[in-house]
Amino acid sequence: MTRQPPAFTTVYTRIEQITKATCSLRARGVANEEMALIDGRPAQVVKILDDLVTLQVFSGTQGIATDVDVVFLGEPPTLRVGPDLSGRFFNAYGRPIDGGPDLEGKKVPIGGPSVNPVRRKQPSELISTGIAGIDLNNTLVTGQKIPFFADPDQPFNQVMATVALRAGADRIILGGMGLSNDDYLYYRRVFEDAGVLERITCFINTNDDPPVERLLIPDMVLSAAEYFAVEKKENVLVLLTDMTLFCDALSIVSNRMDQIPSKDSMPGSLYSDLARIYEKAVQFEKGSITIIAVTTLSSGDITHAIPDNTGYITEGQLFLRRNTDISKVIVDPFRSLSRLKQLVIGKRTREDHPQVMNAGVRLYADAANAKTKQDNGFDLSDYDERTLKFALDYARELLAIDVNVDVETMLDTSWKLFAKYFKKEEVSIKKELVEKYWPKNEDGR
Amino acid sequence: MSTKGRVVGVVSNLVTIEVDGPVSQNEICQISLEGVQLKAEVIKIQGKRVFAQVFESTRGLKVDCPVEFTEHMLEVELGPGLLSKNFDGLQNDLDALSGVFLKRGELTTAFSYEKKWEFAPVAKKGEKVEAGDWLGEVRENWINHKIMVPFSFEGLWEVESIAVKGTYTVKEVIAVLKNTAGEQRRVTMTQRWPVKIPVRAYANKPVAFKLLQTGVRLIDTVNPMVEGGTGFIPGPFGCGKTVLQHIIAANAQVDMVIICACGERANEVVEIFKEFPELDDPFTGRKLIERTIIICNTSNMPVAAREASVYTAMTIAEYYRQMGLKILLLADSTSRWAQALREMSNRMEELPGPDAFPMDLPAIVANFYSRAGLVELVNGQTGSITFIGTVSPAGGNLKEPVVEATKKVARCFYALAQKRADSKRYPSIDTIESYSKYLEYKEVQEYLQENLEPHWVEKIYFIRDVLLRGKEAYDQINILGDDSVPIEYHVRYWKSELIDFGFLQQDAFDPIDKATPLDRQRYMIDLIYRICRMDFDFDSFGDVAAYFKRIINQVKQMNYSEFQKEGFEKFEDELDSIVMERKKS
Repeated sequence: MTRQPPAFTTVYTRIEQITKATCSLRARGVANEEMALIDGRPAQVVKILDDLVTLQVFSGTQGIATDVDVVFLGEPPTLRVGPDLSGRFFNAYGRPIDGGPDLEGKKVPIGGPSVNPVRRKQPSELISTGIAGIDLNNTLVTGQKIPFFADPDQPFNQVMATVALRAGADRIILGGMGLSNDDYLYYRRVFEDAGVLERITCFINTNDDPPVERLLIPDMVLSAAEYFAVEKKENVLVLLTDMTLFCDALSIVSNRMDQIPSKDSMPGSLYSDLARIYEKAVQFEKGSITIIAVTTLSSGDITHAIPDNTGYITEGQLFLRRNTDISKVIVDPFRSLSRLKQLVIGKRTREDHPQVMNAGVRLYADAANAKTKQDNGFDLSDYDERTLKFALDYARELLAIDVNVDVETMLDTSWKLFAKYFKKEEVSIKKELVEKYWPKNEDGR
Repeated sequence: MSTKGRVVGVVSNLVTIEVDGPVSQNEICQISLEGVQLKAEVIKIQGKRVFAQVFESTRGLKVDCPVEFTEHMLEVELGPGLLSKNFDGLQNDLDALSGVFLKRGELTTAFSYEKKWEFAPVAKKGEKVEAGDWLGEVRENWINHKIMVPFSFEGLWEVESIAVKGTYTVKEVIAVLKNTAGEQRRVTMTQRWPVKIPVRAYANKPVAFKLLQTGVRLIDTVNPMVEGGTGFIPGPFGCGKTVLQHIIAANAQVDMVIICACGERANEVVEIFKEFPELDDPFTGRKLIERTIIICNTSNMPVAAREASVYTAMTIAEYYRQMGLKILLLADSTSRWAQALREMSNRMEELPGPDAFPMDLPAIVANFYSRAGLVELVNGQTGSITFIGTVSPAGGNLKEPVVEATKKVARCFYALAQKRADSKRYPSIDTIESYSKYLEYKEVQEYLQENLEPHWVEKIYFIRDVLLRGKEAYDQINILGDDSVPIEYHVRYWKSELIDFGFLQQDAFDPIDKATPLDRQRYMIDLIYRICRMDFDFDSFGDVAAYFKRIINQVKQMNYSEFQKEGFEKFEDELDSIVMERKKS
């Protein structure tokens, strides 16, 4: 984004109103969503009424005087896109923070138009991560958009980095919003160590930076992603962390604009605001944008407006939870879901995948019921006992996030565990599949 | 001379315009911005200042941008050529738009004006006709598309002349009509209609009574929908709302399906784009797309057009209903439409109702649902619109304003339960909470007794009772423990599980199980009904679960097999012998 005002522009020097996040002044010929510099600070027009223009100041309005210079830049926020985005780190305005040169590519407005739905292709390429909680139960597909739902103390950044590196994407674009400096350095190191820096572009807003600046990050990231996916026909993986902090910034702005808050003090437009971002995930004939995001929860509460609206927009969610029985973080099979898995499981993977997946989760659910009974002090039936044992093995060998095997092994492991603890009719799977895949030996081999 | 104006204010997609003449509420205006026309709808008028919601992004809009008013409300164009099309919320043909990305201000006609249609007259010269009467017909896909007296024509008209059989474009005059005052009007194959006004060119609206087969057992047998009925599917995310709607869209026994993807995911629509041209209509063997129209305003498309999209879909449904067809209209999701209303009401700084939704939300929802129904046309034929909407309640809470507003008007309630979805019991329609008011209608009961079997309704109530008793027994078992309740409680619980696993649950991704024709549903529910009425001998509660699991497994295998074919019958024989093992004589 340029910060140089074009020559011969009017400079305004009288601000009429200043709030924590906005300034208002009298000006003519100003366009909606146009960028401006207020005393050198980037700001964007959010409201015009007659000659009174209200601007949102991204870095906050601390110290702005009523007589500072205000210059309108005559364009919406932009990013220069080109091959020189590769291997670089930028701030929310698309300016280098890695000491490298400024971008020189083509200037495009960020937050551009939507893809015509009839020009989309149906996602069909499996993304394999090696994590059975994902590949077996919640298979990911290119062109999908899916968040991790996790409490702040869970290792979501680590899991996301793992997924990103194993996913085999042509390009990874990271948008960090309110990232702690440690996490920022973590991502940097992981990408460096893996030797993939050339395939990476990062737009980073750390928690030292002003919160409202975060609002630009997703659009910056996705403009870069669209460049690589549309013009270079690459499979782009976009990582957005943490979207909850992005939403908090939205609520700050809407509050300053005197809007009536809806549920959980979030703006009434939260759904549309999030959809505009997530719907940029797309599969083209060649090239795709896949979005994996993080939405942190407050003690697992998914009814809060942020995860709730996110869940309605994204194609599923991956729910991380600590399993105390095996002392590991698992991908929760009940709350997690990949809506696009049906496009690949049993088609790109072995035929028994859908039924094995369902049977495993159902038996794990039976174990959860048995556990409730146990906790309430009731006697357990033989079946209950067996489900509990199954659940332990299932969590350890398949659900834990440190598992790294291929899908075929995951299916074989599932059959092995079924045979170890259950009779054929207890797993409720189509007979022809049972006959084909049920392990022949007692020990499940 | 039409009224003109200029932009004086912008905030998000709400624009304030100063006008030089009269304007009307809901009038459409065009805002010019650097050669591009942005469509907007008047939603509030205050003296010389008018508030309009813009159907496009307002980026770059400036004070003094010129505005022109059209003297029309938001309208759709009706005529042959709508079928199998993919429209946006404002009836632009998405396939005719250029480029990968949507361009602001780009418009298309709803259908081709050049295409020639084979027209055959129905009405004769000298005949008296009124709005909605059939003048002639053309063949659209496989539908006899009626060319009608435009719905806006008031009173009685006489056919002065009518075109002879032959090929015509939609814009050629096919009839001239004259009314008693001597006014002459020329009629083409197209007409325009304002979407927010219901088409009322019919004789009357009788009670809907005829069962509408959807192929979903949990609906058809236990909570039946009727032709011309209304229903809604509320559910938290991830419970399978959209999958359920797709299944219904693909398998319902209707003439036409209109799908309105309102503020939802684009990939879900892409799935329909991809699958419907390949899947067969189970009743005619034609491709599904031949009976389908898609109105698609996905969540990242302009918010104001979301509201327009549901009305556009409903108006097109009404148009085809007037041809005597059975239409199924599906909208996913009406909550997104309500949210669009909320965003706008908020920007207009109106006093908010519950959860910041506008105060008149229940009235808007009620008016919309009441446009569905069975109608008797002016020529004595019948047509119907069955409407099923989904609702996406915030936090899965069924006490929120959109659910409550919808519950007041929709007759069928298909509540999706998180608990069922969590344990992968699909469709996750709550077996206890859900209902169909139609089951209580005398007309519907009579129809069912006559067309299915004499004691059908009693049987269904019995099945519902078994489910309820099973749930009560389950609660008791959980409170008191397995061995502290009589064995009979376990039997009760497992009989309800048999109904659930053996009949209500359906595998949407299995080619056979995904949709069940009514006769097969009747056969299976009969079989399960008989088992539920039997008494069994058990020594301990542990035996109950094991035994019923065997029965369930057998019934499930039947569900996966082709009806009354070899495999099916083998499983059924095995089932019979399992049942005999413990049946009390």
